[in-house]
Amino acid sequence: MPRKTVREAINEALVQEMGRDPDIVIIGEDVAGGEGGSSGVEDAFGGVLGVTKGLLPRFGRSRVIDTPISESAIMGMAAGAAVTGLRPVAELMFADFFGVCFDQIYNQAAKFRYMFGGHARTPLVIRSMIGAGYSAAAQHSQSPHSIFTHVPGLKVVMPSNAYDAKGLLIQAIRDDDPVIFFEHKMLYDLADEVPSEPYAIRFGEANFVREGDDVTIVAFSRMVHIAAQAADVLEREGISVELIDPRTTSPLDEESILESVRRTGRLVVVDEGNPRCGLAVDIAALVAEHAFHSLKAPIRTVTAPHTPVPFAPSLEAAYIPSPARVAEVVREIMR
Amino acid sequence: MQLPRLTMLDAYMRMQRIRNFEERIVTEFSSGEIPGFIHSYLGQEASAVGTCMHLDDDDYIGSTHRGHGHCIAKGADLKAMMAELYGKRDGLCRGKGGSMHIADLSKGMLGANAIVGGSPPLVLGAALTAKTRRNGKVAVAFTGDGGSNQGTVFEAMNMAVVLKLPAIFIIENNGFGEGTAASYACGTDDLAARAAAFGMPAVAVDGTDFFAVHDAVGEAVALARAGGGPSTVETRCPRFTGHFVGDPQHYRANGEVDVLRRDADPLTLIRRRLIDAGVFDAEQFDALDRDVAAEIDEAVAFARAAPIPDEADLLADVYISYR
Repeated sequence: MPRKTVREAINEALVQEMGRDPDIVIIGEDVAGGEGGSSGVEDAFGGVLGVTKGLLPRFGRSRVIDTPISESAIMGMAAGAAVTGLRPVAELMFADFFGVCFDQIYNQAAKFRYMFGGHARTPLVIRSMIGAGYSAAAQHSQSPHSIFTHVPGLKVVMPSNAYDAKGLLIQAIRDDDPVIFFEHKMLYDLADEVPSEPYAIRFGEANFVREGDDVTIVAFSRMVHIAAQAADVLEREGISVELIDPRTTSPLDEESILESVRRTGRLVVVDEGNPRCGLAVDIAALVAEHAFHSLKAPIRTVTAPHTPVPFAPSLEAAYIPSPARVAEVVREIMR
Repeated sequence: MQLPRLTMLDAYMRMQRIRNFEERIVTEFSSGEIPGFIHSYLGQEASAVGTCMHLDDDDYIGSTHRGHGHCIAKGADLKAMMAELYGKRDGLCRGKGGSMHIADLSKGMLGANAIVGGSPPLVLGAALTAKTRRNGKVAVAFTGDGGSNQGTVFEAMNMAVVLKLPAIFIIENNGFGEGTAASYACGTDDLAARAAAFGMPAVAVDGTDFFAVHDAVGEAVALARAGGGPSTVETRCPRFTGHFVGDPQHYRANGEVDVLRRDADPLTLIRRRLIDAGVFDAEQFDALDRDVAAEIDEAVAFARAAPIPDEADLLADVYISYR
């Protein structure tokens, strides 16, 4: 099977779906780039990190739409196009920018169906980059997925690898509800085996990354890899880790998490978001409520601290949950 | 006044429906039968109708929190509208939207919008759908003098120009954003000029004059349908009521509204124009008014008798599918 990076997998999903369905349009800032520039070069950007490269020459400007830097107008236009018959894939370049356009997402697109008594259909995908690791500092490095997960009416997807990225994006595009698709910027070059044909991965179905007996670790996006490194270390120490990647935070595969914790009796949640009112405590609460009597040790979370993302590489490294921190927390609840 | 007689009849009926609907709402709201907040469109009827007379069901509009008039002008069913305001299961939105979110997608009505400046970006999307499908349809964004100060409206106007979308912006300048006058809150008294600065045709018209609105919006719609891009029409139409029903309007001088009702009533104006032109006589208008009053009575009776939503409706329609 061919190996492809996350970037290539996402691009392939877009190409294949756009080829299948003429109602799919790409909307965003510099999704192609070069429009109006003095060089005359088209597709000069192809997305700020090259994810949408090559779509413009294939599908033309009517379907690969470069916009002004106007996130509210982008999100509103995509929502309005979705509810009137298109199937837009809009790009919110960095998830941090949700602050300038969230109304169009959470007050408008997310609520159409409910507010309008079930008469609306809003097949909208918003692709957006999350994550620290590039020293991009406080306004280009955040992981605000918990805020989106909090909103009824939105589905939230957080792929951790290329295979999932392709299958989940195809599902997101075919889905008739608004879907937020979070791509971790540190994962774009990560490669694994990705089938060339289109396939969809259902939302709300966790991936059991590895099976184990002593502790359940639930992790999302890049944190799946951090947790896997910790699990390798722990295994050499005789601690058997079950690692679950739910892949979507909304819907959340609650059953898989609960079933695993009922077997292992221990839970650690690893999340790159900030700790308060976040995804990690959400899952901790789920288990406390429904699997309390199976627990052999306190539930633990490993998250970013309650701070903005710092710039200095040394501080940023301390901000991001590390394999060492995850391993140490597991050791503590194994004692 | 080169319009066909039936068109003028239709326009008058729509305006009178809005007038009767809104006046009745004030009564029913005050008696406690209608929950929530109500923002009345009284005094602005010519703006909605002068605009929507150019649109069919496949053309979209996005509305405001003051949205009943747009909804009626776009052809929504009065009974289902009234039931929605009463929070009943047979309402347009099954009682889950209410006054501030009333919508009828089957009529191209993308919803009232409780966020000031919320609709214009959404309307871009409807315009993008029309442009992508090359179907000659247009999309109209209503906003107000208050909304015209929102960044979303600026973004939407610029984007519509850049992408040459078949979008029309109607700025209904009713003189107040909530309880603060437009003369204070807008840095200019020429709101159309702001839109023009984005690079589109923009005019301001007397929004109490159906014919003035109809002419100006007609040009804008024709341009958009022909692929000529967006336009803006500022309709100046002072509201007769407060920001919400129950607003004591301490910010308005005594007698201000009485003068408006005497000198700037869109219904009086269209009626006088049509009588003077010999299109209809006073008796004919009185008969039409009785028909409209009966429609509103029927709508209220329907809404009162309609069942409240099922408890299970609370959890329904958050998603189409959730797996």
